[in-house]
Order: sequence, then structure tokens, then C-alpha cells
Amino acid sequence: MTQKPILEIRHLQKSFGKNNVLKDIDFNIYPGDVTSIIGASGSGKSTLLRCINVLETPTGGEILHNGANILDKKNKITDYRAKVGMVFQSFNLFNNMTVLENCTIGVTKVLKKDQATAEQLAKQYLERVGMLPYIKAKPSQISGGQKQRVAIARALAMQPEVLLFDEPTSALDPEMVGEVLDVIRSLAQEGMTMIIVTHEMAFARDVSTRTIFMDRGVIAEDGSPDQIFKNPQNPRTREFLSRFMNN
Amino acid sequence: MSTTLPEGFLPKVLFLAENYGPAYLDGAKWTLIIALIGTLVGCLIGFVCGVIQTIPIDKNDNICKRCIVGLAKAILTVYVEVFRGTPMMVQAMLFYFGFIQYTSYRISPIMAGLIVVSINTGAYMAETMRGGIFSIDKGQTEGAKAIGMTHFQTMLYVILPQAIRNIMPQIGNNLIINIKDTSVLSVISVTELMFTGKSVAGTYYTSFESFTIVCAIYLTMTLVCSRLLRLVERRIDGADSYDLATTDTLAHTSGMTNYPKPSDKY
Ligand SMILES: Nc1ncnc2c1ncn2[C@@H]1O[C@H](COP(=O)(O)OP(=O)(O)O)[C@@H](O)[C@H]1O
Ligand SMILES: [Mg+2]
Repeated sequence: MTQKPILEIRHLQKSFGKNNVLKDIDFNIYPGDVTSIIGASGSGKSTLLRCINVLETPTGGEILHNGANILDKKNKITDYRAKVGMVFQSFNLFNNMTVLENCTIGVTKVLKKDQATAEQLAKQYLERVGMLPYIKAKPSQISGGQKQRVAIARALAMQPEVLLFDEPTSALDPEMVGEVLDVIRSLAQEGMTMIIVTHEMAFARDVSTRTIFMDRGVIAEDGSPDQIFKNPQNPRTREFLSRFMNN
Repeated sequence: MSTTLPEGFLPKVLFLAENYGPAYLDGAKWTLIIALIGTLVGCLIGFVCGVIQTIPIDKNDNICKRCIVGLAKAILTVYVEVFRGTPMMVQAMLFYFGFIQYTSYRISPIMAGLIVVSINTGAYMAETMRGGIFSIDKGQTEGAKAIGMTHFQTMLYVILPQAIRNIMPQIGNNLIINIKDTSVLSVISVTELMFTGKSVAGTYYTSFESFTIVCAIYLTMTLVCSRLLRLVERRIDGADSYDLATTDTLAHTSGMTNYPKPSDKY
């Protein structure tokens, strides 16, 4: 690949006390990559995503964003975070704001754009996720699937370079999973760079350009979805997948 | 204006009300003014203290920041403990007489009362606010951080509005307590309702009747205030339902006109 990577994760480590949750994680994210991260519960997937946008401070290694180490004190973490969107399992919409305000607040306060521009952007992305009719609703007044779609619009309105998803459908009732996956799938088709932690194996196989299998804090296997899902090399991957397919 | 005191409870009450009505109302006015301003300023003090006490410090922050924040938190803890742990009446006397004895500035009793009530309320609100901030789900902070908000922005736009909404009942509680507790300011001759009640009672030896009137006025003020606060809470919560937006130009241009009419409530 001749393109420059957006993110370079180098020897990333994270420990909580004596618990080494991430051990020497190494990978690059190139523009347009849709990277799915799979792995057993507790293997460190969430911690990895949270380290990538510095919601957790890594205890070792580097994260280079367009070549600059964002863990370096000189770089402003808030500017970096504005460029790396995050969609949480539990939505984390601002409960005191309407759907529209949820999507404009970052644009006006962080990106310092004017209110009209922010609303236009917000509406554009809310329409994109099919939530435009609900701009006046409060988060408590919409369903889980709708909340997650608003959360995606909120992240998109910041026009990020990369979008991180941490099990975006795990907190949803089964009938709402589809609507959220459809939105993410269409983003993938448009070439949005994304890292998606998910337990939806069929979705991961279809949508991603690359799949990472995490096991006990390390990248146990890394390759194309075909490779990982059809012909896994690592016995741990095989074991994990067979457990999943049987369920 | 009759000046001879009639016999019997009700006639006495009516007599006092007729002759001293304006005096009682003037006392009530000062009670309300001190309680309202004291609660308002106290809330502001409390908000600031609560915010300072919840500033996160981690090992990566520089020494200077950690020292300043640590010192500020220690000072605030002392402030809260001292003002919650001593009676407001004593605070008022210490402050007022201390001020008069040791400074050349002739502070008015009302001013001294206002300051004492504000600082006292601030101590209570600091604790309430701290609890209010901690009670907001961590996900709210993470959602804000994830879009690049600073700690200050997160507090201002996301956490404080929710924390303040949640502690509205306690703010109301404090206002009602202040309406009643300003009565202790009579010891430094603040001409609030209690002071007026005592003066009138002394003039005619009608303690029971005068304090009956005082009691009724206090009760009226607290009842009205708690109702008003309930209304404010409901205003903050906003409507139970929302309109689906379909008159939006974007929606029209993109052909999304088959949603329910704006009048259809969700
Ligand atoms: N804030 C934390 N403090 C201590 N341990 C944590 C914390 N967050 C996660 N862990 C631990 O890190 C490990 C990996 O967690 P996580 O990244 O959430 O895994 P996954 O998302 O793959 O299920 C778990 O053992 C968990 O207990
Ligand atoms: Mg997780």
C-alpha cells in the first residue's frame, strides 16, 4: 500500500494495576480500512478502542496520528479526539439535549462552527441515519436502535477521519440490531474508515476489509475476513469461532 | 386606627393585622429577599465548590496543577465542615460583631445577614452539588470527551445541567429552610419577619397572637415557594412528547414527506 496510515498503533500496552490487559498491540489503520475486531469477552477489545482515543491512557507504546505521537504532551488530546469518532455500546447520548442538540454541540463548541452550519451538518447526518424526523426528541423518548443511530450521526457530524465502534449492537433488542448494522454497512460502502468491535460475526465477515482476532491482550490473528473466518490459522481463533458458530 | 387592644384571640389577631399589617409585610419582604438572594448566591458558591471538588487529578498531571487543585479541595473541605458544623445564629453574631469591632466599615445588619446566609447555603450546596455531579452516569462524560470536549466544556454543557436538574428538589429544600432560618438573623437586628413579630409582641404583650400571624406568613411563603419550584422543575423537563419534524426543508427536498404530520404526537 502506498497510502500513508491514519493511525499507527505501536507496541501499545495497557495495564490496570498488575492486570496487563493489552500486551504489545501493533497495527496500522489506512484510509478506507474497515477493521473488525473480534475476540472473547475480557480479551481487551474495549480497552484497545478506549486507548486509541485516549479515554484510557496507555501505559506503554505509541499511537501515531498522521505521523505524530498523540501521547506526546505537546499534542492536544481534544483536537485529536474530535477527529476520531466513537460509538459506544451504551449510546451515551447527552440526556439533557434533544436529538438535534446532541449532534450540534460538538460542531459548535469543539469545531467552533456557527450554529446554522452545525444544524445543517447535523441534519444532513441525521437524515443519513434516518433520524431526521426525531430532531426534537430527547434521548429518553426514542428506542435503543434509534439512540444508536443518533449516536452515529453525532459522531459523523464531527466529520471524523476514523470512526470507532465498541459493540454498537450489543445493548439492543434483537429486532433493532438490523437498523444499526445497515447504517454501518452503508458507511463502509462509502469508504468511511472504521474500527468495529463486534460479536456479529456474519456482519464482520461481510463488511470489513480486515479482521483482527484478539486473545488475552494480544492480536492472535490478523488478516482478511476470508482468511480469518474460512481458514483460521491460530487454534485459539478456530476454537473461538467454532464456539460462536455453534451458538 | 384604634389603639386599645380588644379581648379574645381572634379580635387581638385582627387588631394586630390591621394596625401592623404593613410592618409584618415589610418584615416578610426582607425575609424573602434575604432567603432568595442567599439561596441564589449560595447555589452559585456551591456549584463552584462542587465543580472544584470533582476536578479529576491523575498521576500524569504536572506537580503545579496537582498542588493547586489539592490545596483548593482541602480549603473547601474545611469551609464545608466549619459552616455545616456550627449554628447559623452563631455565624451571624461572629460575623456581624466581629466586623463592627475590628473594621471601620459600618456593615448593615441586612448585608451581614445576606453574606452569612449565602456562605452557609454555599457549604450545604457544595456537598449537594458534589453528589449531584458524581451521580451522573460516567457514559455522559465519555460521550462528551469522545467528541473532543474539554473537561470544562463537558461540565458546562453536559454534566452541570443534568446535575442541577437532579438537585432541584434539594435547592428548593434549601430555599424553604432559608426562609425559616433567616429568623435567627433577628439576633443581629435584621428587620426580617421574626424581628417584626417580636417587636409587635413586645409593644402589646401579645406574643401568642403576634407569632400566630408570623407563623401564618412563614407558612404561606414556604408553600408558595415549593409550588413555584415544582413548576420550574416541570419547565426544565420540557414536554412529555415531541413533534416529528416534517416541515423541515431538508426533509422535503429529500422526499421524506410521508412521515406523520407535525401535529401527530409520537
Ligand atoms: N477500568 C478498569 N479497571 C480495571 N480493570 C479493567 C478496567 N477496564 C477493563 N478492565 C479489565 O480489562 C480486561 C479487558 O476488558 P475489556 O477491554 O473490556 O474486554 P472486552 O471488551 O474484550 O470484553 C478485563 O479483564 C477487565 O476486567
Ligand atoms: Mg468490551
